[in-house]
Parts: sequence; C-alpha cells; structure tokens
Amino acid sequence: MPTAPTSPLLQVEGLRVALPGPQGPLPALRGIDLAIERGATVGLIGESGCGKSMTALAIMGLLPEGAHVEGSIRLEGRELVGLDDQAYGELRGQRLAMIFQEPMTALNPLHTIGDQVAETLRVHRAISRRDARAEALGLLERVQLPQARQRLDAYPHQLSGGQRQRVMIAAALACGPDLLVADEPTTALDVTVQREILDLIAQLVASSRMALLLISHDLGVMARCVEHVLVMYGGSVVESGPTGEVFERLSHPYTRGLFGARPHLGAGRGHRLATIPGRVPELADVPSGCPFADRCAFVVDACRAAFPPAIPVGPGHAARCIRVDTVVRSPLP
Amino acid sequence: MLAASAVIFTVLDVLPGNAAELKLGVDATPEAIAALRHQLGLDRPAIERYGAWLAGAAHGDLGRSVAYDVPVGALILERLQVTLPLAVMAMALTTVIALALGIYAASRHNQPGDLGVMALSQLGIALPNFWFGILLILLFSVKLHWFSAGGFPGWDEGVWAGLKALVLPAAALAAVQAAILARITRSAVLDVLREDFVRTARAKGLSPRQTLWRHVLRNAFVPVLTVMGLQFANLIAGTVVIENVFSLPGLGRLVFQAIANRDLLVVRNVVMLLAASVIVINFIVDVLYAVIDPRLKLHAT
Amino acid sequence: MSDTGTVGEPLALAGAALAAVARPPARGFWRRAVRHPSFAFGGVLVALLLATALLSLLWTPWPPTEIDVPSKLKPPSAQHWLGTDSLGRDIASLLIAGSQASIAVGVIAVGIGIVFGVSLGLLAAARRGWVEELVMRFADFTFAFPALLSAIMLAALAGPGLVTSTIAIGIFNVPVFARIARAAANAVWSRDFVLASRACGRNAWHITFAHVLPNIASGLVVQATIQFATAILAEAALSYLGLGTQPPQPSWGRMLNEAQTLMYQAPQLAIWPGLAIALSVLGLNLMGDGLRDLLDPRLARRR
Repeated sequence: MPTAPTSPLLQVEGLRVALPGPQGPLPALRGIDLAIERGATVGLIGESGCGKSMTALAIMGLLPEGAHVEGSIRLEGRELVGLDDQAYGELRGQRLAMIFQEPMTALNPLHTIGDQVAETLRVHRAISRRDARAEALGLLERVQLPQARQRLDAYPHQLSGGQRQRVMIAAALACGPDLLVADEPTTALDVTVQREILDLIAQLVASSRMALLLISHDLGVMARCVEHVLVMYGGSVVESGPTGEVFERLSHPYTRGLFGARPHLGAGRGHRLATIPGRVPELADVPSGCPFADRCAFVVDACRAAFPPAIPVGPGHAARCIRVDTVVRSPLP
Repeated sequence: MLAASAVIFTVLDVLPGNAAELKLGVDATPEAIAALRHQLGLDRPAIERYGAWLAGAAHGDLGRSVAYDVPVGALILERLQVTLPLAVMAMALTTVIALALGIYAASRHNQPGDLGVMALSQLGIALPNFWFGILLILLFSVKLHWFSAGGFPGWDEGVWAGLKALVLPAAALAAVQAAILARITRSAVLDVLREDFVRTARAKGLSPRQTLWRHVLRNAFVPVLTVMGLQFANLIAGTVVIENVFSLPGLGRLVFQAIANRDLLVVRNVVMLLAASVIVINFIVDVLYAVIDPRLKLHAT
Repeated sequence: MSDTGTVGEPLALAGAALAAVARPPARGFWRRAVRHPSFAFGGVLVALLLATALLSLLWTPWPPTEIDVPSKLKPPSAQHWLGTDSLGRDIASLLIAGSQASIAVGVIAVGIGIVFGVSLGLLAAARRGWVEELVMRFADFTFAFPALLSAIMLAALAGPGLVTSTIAIGIFNVPVFARIARAAANAVWSRDFVLASRACGRNAWHITFAHVLPNIASGLVVQATIQFATAILAEAALSYLGLGTQPPQPSWGRMLNEAQTLMYQAPQLAIWPGLAIALSVLGLNLMGDGLRDLLDPRLARRR
C-alpha cells in the first residue's frame, strides 16, 4: 500500500473533456481526479461509454480532433494539458506508453514484428538499425514470445492474438516508460491467453518499477491486477479506493450493481441474475446531478439536485454518493 | 491472351471489307483483285491465315502493311518511339500530381484545402482530354508560342526537342487521369488514417509526418496501385485521341489511319500489341501487390 | 410452391419489380436531395442540358444547318450570339442542337448497357457456378480492351455514324453493368431474408425480381448517371475523330475538330463546344455522386 505522500508520478485534477457533437460540444469527461504513484497499479473500471478509454487517451494526448480539454494532468509536476504535439510526442513512447484492445488491428500488417518493436527505439534514440534490432530481440524475449529470433522478420498476420499482444507490450516497453496505460489489453483474447498476458504485465510492471493504469470492464481482472481502483460511470469517477476495500464494502450503488450482476457458479436453478435496470445514457443525455440517479435503487430527490461530493468511506477510499451510509448497510443483492 | 488474339483476328480479318479491293481502287478488274488476293493470301481459309499470323508473329514477322507497303513490324517499332515516351511521361505526370494532391487533401480533410482539391478533381474528370489538349495548344502555342502546335520533330533532332513536343500531349493525357487518381489516393489515405495501427504509431511517439510516411503511405498504396493498373487501359485509349489532336506519329495515330485506310493487318497487329500490353501491365500490378503486401505472398505461391 | 404457369409468373414478377424499382423514394428524399450541394448543383446542370435538348427540338436562334458563307467567322453579335463558324452557321444554334446527339447517345448506350448488362449480372448471381464464371470472364476480357479503342474499331469497320458509335459505346457499357449488378446481387443473395425466401420454396426468378432487383436498383441508378457521362465523352471523342455523328447532324465533338483547324484565325470557336461537353459531364458526375450519398440506406436510416 503506498504510504508516504511524495509527489505522485501522474496527477489528474478536474479533467474535463468535451467532444464536438452535431448540436454543440458533448461532455465526455466531467471532472476526473486521479493520482498514480511511481510503481503503483491503478485500475479504471466501468461499462462501455463511461469514459475510461477517453481518460486514457487524454493522458496520452491522443484525443480526437476537436476535443476540448480543461483541467490539469501533471506528469511529475509538468503540466500536460495544452502541451504542443511535438513535446507530447517526445513523452509518448518514452515516459508514457499505451497498449490497446485489438492487437489484430493495432499492428501495421505491412511491417515486420521486429521493425514495429524497434520503431519506438528509433524514434526516440539515435540508434542504428542493427542495434535497434538486437534490442528488439531482447524485448521480445522479455515478453516471452516463443521463437523470438525467427519472429523478428515475421508479419503480424502470422502470429496469434496473444502473441501479437506480447509484441505490442514489447514495443510499449522499449524505452522504459514510467507509466504503462493498458486499455482493455485482454478483452479481445481467449480466456486462457488472458491470464498469461495479465501475469506478464504484472511481472513486467513489478520488475521495472513501472506504474500501470489498467482499464477494463472485468471485475476479476481488476481484483487480480491492481492495488487501487476507480469506478467510473457517465464520465465521472463514482468511487475510488484500494481494490480490496472497494470490492468488499461496495459503498456506491453502481459498484454494488456491478457486483450483483456477475453470474455465480453454483447458484441455484431459477436464480435470476440481478441486473441494473435501465441503460447507460448517451453522452448527450447524462442527467445533471448524480449521473447514476435514473438507475439507482437508493435514489432520493437530493441526488438529482447536485453532483455528489466525494464522501470518505475509509482511508484513501471515497464514494460520490450522498446516501453512502445507507448503501453500505443494506444487504448485498 | 490466345482468346484475345482469336477475337481480334475474327473481327478484323474475317468480318469486314475486302482489303485487296480497296487497295486497287474501285475500277480494278475482278482478275486484278483476285490476283492481289492470292498474293496477299486472302483466299486461303481463315484458320490457315490465323495460324500463319501467329506463326509469323512468333518469328517477329508481322507481314506487310497493305497501305504503306512496309513491314508492319518496322512500322510499329517506328511509331513506338513516340508513343512509349508519351505514355511514360503521361503516367509519371499523373502519378506525381495525383499522389501529391491526394495526400495533401487527406491531410487537410474537410478544410478548404481538401474541398479545393475535390472541386478541382471534379472539373478534371469532366474535362474531355482532347478539348484540354486544344486549350493547351491555344494557350501555349498560339498565344505564348512556347511550344509547337503539334507534330513531332523526331529524336534525331535531339532529345530535348523531342521531349518538348511531348510535354503538352502528356499534360493533356495526365489531367483527367490525375484527377481520378487524386480522388482515389485521398480516400485511400483517409481510410488508412482511421486504422488502429496509426493510433499505435502516435502512441509510440511518432509525429504526424513520421506516421504518414512510415505507416500511412505504404498501406494506402495498394488501392492506388489497383487503379493505376486499370488506368493504363484508359491511357492507351487516350493516346489514340491525343496523338490525333497533336498530330504525333505514334501508335494511336497509326491505328486510326490504318482503320481509315482499311489496312487491317496493321490494325490487327497494333490492337493485339496494345491488348497484350494491358494484360502485361495488369500482371505486373499483381506481382507488385505481392511485393507490397506480405499477406498476399501466401496466395501468390 | 405453386406455379402459376411458366410464363405468367416471371412476367408478373417483372412487373412487380419494375413497380418496386419505380416507386417514389422514401419520404423526405426530395427535401434532402435539394439540400445536398453535389446533387443540387449537378441537377441544375443536367436540367439545363435536358432543357436545351428539348428546346432544340422546337426552336433554335438560327437553323443549325443553314450555311451562309458570306457571314462566316463573325464574332459574337446581337444577331449571332456566339458568332458563326467557317461556313457561316450560327454557333449558338449548333451548340443547342448538339445536345441532341449527346443525350441520344447517352440514353441509348446506357440503356443497352443496363438491359443486357444487368440481365447478365443477375443471371450470374442467380446461377453461380460455370454460368457466373463465363459471364465474369467475358466481362474481364472486355475490360482488357481499352473501350474507346474498340469502339473506334467497331465504328470504323461498320462505317462511321451516330448509330454505330452509339451501339459500340453501348456494348462497352454491358460489362460495366454486368459486373456491378453481379456484385450487388451477390451481396443481396447472401442476406438472411433471401435465405428465408428460399426456405419458403421460392424459385430464383421470383427472388431475383422481387428481392434482388429492387435492392440493387439504387446502385444501378448511380452507375447509370456516371455511365451517361462517360457515354457523352465517348461520343464527343468519336465525333472529334470523325467516326461518330456525321454532318449535317450537329455534334459538339465535331465542332471541336473544326475549331482546331481554325485555331489561328478563330481561337474562340474551340471554347464553346468543349465547355458544353465539360459542363454536361460535370453535372452528371455531381448528380451521380449526390445520388450515391442520398440513396445510401445507412444515411437514410440515420434520420
């Protein structure tokens, strides 16, 4: 558990992102706060459309054209919001790295594996092709890609999904970044391969003291991989805290709902899956006040009046719900 | 290709009018016509003539032109000296202009630069190439006297003079083709820009320009190459017209004159040559695909 | 599963298909169409072209074929709005009357292409197997010949003239439509509702006319406008070379040929016919692009 409050590696405060829409800008992120210490593992969990990927892209400076950013993102004290693209380009790949969900399409089909891993090196360092190639081989071996030497000259379509993801990780780690952002890295992979890749990431993160921001919609993945988790809904963080505590206390109605909706092995026949009523709202339709109000079992009028402040629930653990006490005490769904 | 030759032979030899008649003129006696026919071998059965043609072609002997009375082979080679450089120049111009405009438009998507290129290309497509040729002549020849209004001085006068005579025709040919190719390039580049691996490249820290050169262009080239291959056939058709506009002694004009003179042997051979070149170019395009896109190598074996 | 007679059913289906194809497009189509810049601008140009052709059937400032040598090569004036040519014919009238040839060629050539090409394409998609192979080989083969070149060949051999050149251009439209019809038809054949239809026992005739044809119709319309433009260009090129429309029938292409011989004396003669061709083709292309956007079912549903 991170203790001493040294300046965190990455500090995000009040991050707001608006995307251009047909009738004016739509808020995609409504005030995100998060902090990642050196070497810490943090997760962002939520359903599709809650803004987790958007947060990651904002940190990387890869938001789509026309996106409007407000607030602060500080990397070791250096402000990233408003940074020009060239300076951001120097940070990407070197200090900040990202891997994506679909390894199939995230690699260029016309370039060899070796070239794509070495590319990160050649962009940021003055290094010869041969040296870069040698380093790429080392990286591929580090990510445990079988037959790495032969695979240097192979093309992406000759590898399996899991192998391609390993290649992506190798390319991301090439320059030894301080933060690895992983956007649903295993969602597109087979279940058996998922675990291997997650273990690999955990291992690499630990051995190089790299910080990890893991994004997923999978509770199990979060439980295994990250020490600290943030639950997102409708463009805001609704609960954040140490993983174990968040998952045990279930202080926010949405977190509760997520847990309740997991199928249990061994549940009796006829046991109905508890689902959260309603649907995730479109960007343009997120209600003012608490974004979860329309689907919440604990909702009262005050909920819709204003966006709930972060109520502390435990050390380093807070939830944005004005009825936290009631929620925590009620029986599990 | 064999099928192509068979069709060409049928259309040009079996079907139409009597070449011997035409050469001798309307007043020729029936005996004279018959004699010439025999000399030219026209009274032999069709299959035999077809076979003789193919056999002759294999040996480089394409027969003698009825109208000009010179070996067809020599005639073709002579005309090729004009048409080949013209085609190459036109293709080069087309490629350079189209790629530059297409990439520029894609990088300024939905901005005035993009819209401007799109509008320009619409005009280019609608332009009849022979009219453009005439306009070029009007401007650069009649008004400005920079170029001649047509004709070809021959390579003996010097390479520069020859090239100069080909500039306007090549430009006329290139205008329409470049317009089409520019649009294709633009949409190919836009498609590739949407791909995930472009985002990966940016995440690694590549600048937009580096991303463009290393990732986008190579991937976008495949559809562009397809269209370039298809355009070759259009280019050939274009040269027929343009060579007439500029009075260039090339293959296109030869075909046209030969048709007018009912010199069908020439027509047959030239058309065969042109059709063959189209097939060859398409084959080359297929080979280039396999070179560019490693995924296709598996299928090519 | 019942058969109402081997001739009766196909005819009835054909009628139904035509009705389906010709039905008024989705509500609001014309409203969107008018707002679409490409379609609107192109539509105006095409309307102008059609209006000119219709007008020329009734009236032109001067009889286009009237030769008046003393008045030759006059500059534009109140009498002759665009001047006269080398034989004293009124340029404006020639221009207006020239539209007839262009439109006639366009309509007939595209018509030939659609009737034969679409039939072949539909047949290939319905029958598959060797029939499809044969049709597609034939189409590929024809593509290998530069179309204009072959049109020149045919036009020259059969004797120059509007009719032969129109037919030649029409012949080269057939593989274009065959290819497009086949590709689009194949896509429809693989859709679930066709599968359902087949499961109900409907035969290929029925499916082709009742399902496939209406669904590919919009794509064909778009292609037709584009081919129309190509036909106009081809006719102009053939006429320029002397193989197309013959005198005294006015033709823009031939006007350009005559203008070229007089380049030094009367350069302005070359401008008008070329402009007419270019604007007509431009209008058709823009309209075709606009139609493609408007008829795209994805865009329609998004409203």
